[in-house]
Amino acid sequence: MSYDAAFRVWRGDASGGDLQDFRVEVNEGEVVLDVIHRLQATQAGDLAVRWNCKAGKCGSCSAEINGRPRLMCMTRMSTFGEDETVTVTPMRTFPVIRDLVTDVSFNYEKAAQIPAFTPRPRDEDGNHRMQQIDVERSQEFRKCIECFLCQDTCHVIRDHEENKAVFAGPRFLIRLAELDMHPLDVVDRKHAAQDEFGLGYCNITKCCSEVCPENIHLTDNGIIPLKERVVDRKFDPLTWLGDKIGRRPKD
Amino acid sequence: MELEKHSYDVVVVGAGGAGLRAAIEAHESGARTAVVCKSLLGKAHTVMAEGGIAAAMANLYPEDNWRVHFRDTMRGGKMLNHWRMAQLHAQEAPDRVRELEDWGALFDRTPDGLISQRDFGGHRYARLAHVGDRTGLELIRTLQQRTVALGIDVYMECTVTRLLTNDDGITGAFGYWRESGRFIAWQAPSVVLATGGIGKSYKVTSNSWEYTGDGHSLALQAGATLVNMEFVQFHPTGMVWPPSVRGILVTESVRGDGGILKNSAGNRFMFDYIPDFFRKETAETEAEADRWYDDKKNNRRPPELLPRDEVARAINSEVKAGRGTPHGGVFLDIASRRSADYIRKRLPSMYHQFKELAEVDITAEAMEVGPTCHYVMGGVEVEPDTEAARVPGLFAAGEVAGGMHGSNRLGGNSLSDLLVFGRRAGAAAAEHAQGRAGRVDLPDEALADAGRAALAPFDREGGENPYTVQHDLQQTMHDLVGIIRTAPEMEQALERIEELKARVANLSVEGHRQYNPGWHLALDLPHMLIVSECIARAALEREESRGGHTRDDFPGPVEEWGRTNLICTPTPDGGVAVRRQPLPQMPPELAEIFEEVS
Repeated sequence: MSYDAAFRVWRGDASGGDLQDFRVEVNEGEVVLDVIHRLQATQAGDLAVRWNCKAGKCGSCSAEINGRPRLMCMTRMSTFGEDETVTVTPMRTFPVIRDLVTDVSFNYEKAAQIPAFTPRPRDEDGNHRMQQIDVERSQEFRKCIECFLCQDTCHVIRDHEENKAVFAGPRFLIRLAELDMHPLDVVDRKHAAQDEFGLGYCNITKCCSEVCPENIHLTDNGIIPLKERVVDRKFDPLTWLGDKIGRRPKD
Repeated sequence: MELEKHSYDVVVVGAGGAGLRAAIEAHESGARTAVVCKSLLGKAHTVMAEGGIAAAMANLYPEDNWRVHFRDTMRGGKMLNHWRMAQLHAQEAPDRVRELEDWGALFDRTPDGLISQRDFGGHRYARLAHVGDRTGLELIRTLQQRTVALGIDVYMECTVTRLLTNDDGITGAFGYWRESGRFIAWQAPSVVLATGGIGKSYKVTSNSWEYTGDGHSLALQAGATLVNMEFVQFHPTGMVWPPSVRGILVTESVRGDGGILKNSAGNRFMFDYIPDFFRKETAETEAEADRWYDDKKNNRRPPELLPRDEVARAINSEVKAGRGTPHGGVFLDIASRRSADYIRKRLPSMYHQFKELAEVDITAEAMEVGPTCHYVMGGVEVEPDTEAARVPGLFAAGEVAGGMHGSNRLGGNSLSDLLVFGRRAGAAAAEHAQGRAGRVDLPDEALADAGRAALAPFDREGGENPYTVQHDLQQTMHDLVGIIRTAPEMEQALERIEELKARVANLSVEGHRQYNPGWHLALDLPHMLIVSECIARAALEREESRGGHTRDDFPGPVEEWGRTNLICTPTPDGGVAVRRQPLPQMPPELAEIFEEVS
């Protein structure tokens, strides 16, 4: 049932670091995070790692396992051979703080820039009425646990630090899509999506959808429809005319 | 000593549902407000809540109202709840849910387009506003986005190690950045504790690493009192296999949506465990129980939906009697009772969790489940209307506060508790700060002392590893102060806690201050120990069984104890003393409710 696995874990900080080799016990049913915790408890007390729920619900323990962006708590050891070396490295898109912990403040800055949710007034009896079918589109995106694996894998920012200023990343493009499809929201963020959050940089390679642990269809259900709406608005002749003759409010 | 200093009116410690709701209210009341949290924003334990928010909105059952919810809550807590908190909670919960929609929350809907509500244990009507089985995520994200939209300052990955006080009350808080290990202090006349619970003192728990009882311990050290600490909720259904996921929560919604419990012989054993207290409102036959889901007027609730303490004890007994599953749990079966589509729609995250972590398809097979330490009913003793603790300027809301749930909390009443009392605490903290801001001072000596204490584990060499001590504490609480308790075992636990205190005083940690989990744990351990001592001492004192406190040596409830609270206070030598205090008396107009609604 138990065996000793070979683990290679990146250890270091902003000034540099390297992969270190460990032999560590693995028991039946365990996930990568269990093994990292065993390393902490027995061999490397100061090994830095983020985690919270250990059940795929909080999105804290993101890392790259054998090069693939994954949640450590949802990666079962049984998916690797017993003689296979498991390599765990921090997310590459974000600056390293220490060991497996990265500086994800980029995401919190982008989140703060998105124009806030603004609802229509409540019905006279104090309720909001919405149909299930209408809330489901945005609900898909509200499943997001903010693990930022989509941001990590997105090639627009993964190896292009310079794009971070102009591109919010898939997480926040689907946040914009979520608000755009929200039955109660009254703000139009389509211009902002294009001009401030870099919607146009996404060329739909769908890597983000592939790594999403919540199986959100970021590109198909979020980013592509958002792109279509932006284009519709831009090239809709009536909108264009309305803009030109000043009969249509800018937003 | 290098130290970063800030000044606020209100500092909220904790960024779960209660903390964020408190911060929003304090900010909207005009207070300069900061939130301090140990994890990244949006990762607090609230995110794990699955089932829903209990609120008598009457969207599905017009018969429902706050009086019924109040009654259910008090009866679920075996009448030991602070009546005023239970009343405010039941009255205000519907408004707290509605305002979440104004901030962007998207709950599942009824056919009329209103917020849908689901059945849960101990609730007479379908009452839980929900989003599939990920309601906690919706709650935290909504409050997080509101907090960000309001521009409230958030200190993420920052741990408070001490509250600072003078003769007039709170003056601020001291802590460290987890990322750098550097010290930070906030000068503030009001501090709201919203730090959650204590589950990490137990071996099998649904709680995350953050649940080390910081707020309970900080309050006690600042001179506040704790109430009801003997009452710890073991959720009946945690995962039991594989070992690495033992304790992870399986939502009560599985039972609310039709799931049943069976032992290894295939018997629906909950019918054998209906206590007299709930007999009148519980179904007698499987046929009646099954009809109840669609016809609540003419049928009574299935025994699987008894309050959590009853179900957890029953599962414990079945396993002890040798009728458990291969991995030491019982079977929770929804596969044979509902369609695969229905299950995937209503319980998507349970489906995912079992598939990924246990290789079990819950639409085709039964789950194996058993009790897991889930929630502490006990907490800081507060004024019900303001959540003020006994130290001026100190407030507590959510799981860290006590009184609201009595001896046992009903499912769904936690998320509503966070919102109702988070809001009240935020408002009262802002009011308290008025006129006091800038008038409180942080004395250098107190800051230096807090700094020295935090660095002590680095100064010792060759001491024990904090992980080993934590493991031994968890084993002690699991074995000796768990779901079924006896006096000799708890006395032994108290002896072991004394030994563990000595070991904690001699811990050493490797490495340096930057993002060092070993050091962080070394600083959390004293909190875990003091909270464990509170639980063990209060549990030893209460010689009866009630709600989340079951004594093998005193198996039934005792009337006199039903009128008594136990209060934990700090002793000068760093220990805990327990004293008895009469339960606040419910006014006659509320007592009548228990006559009118049967």
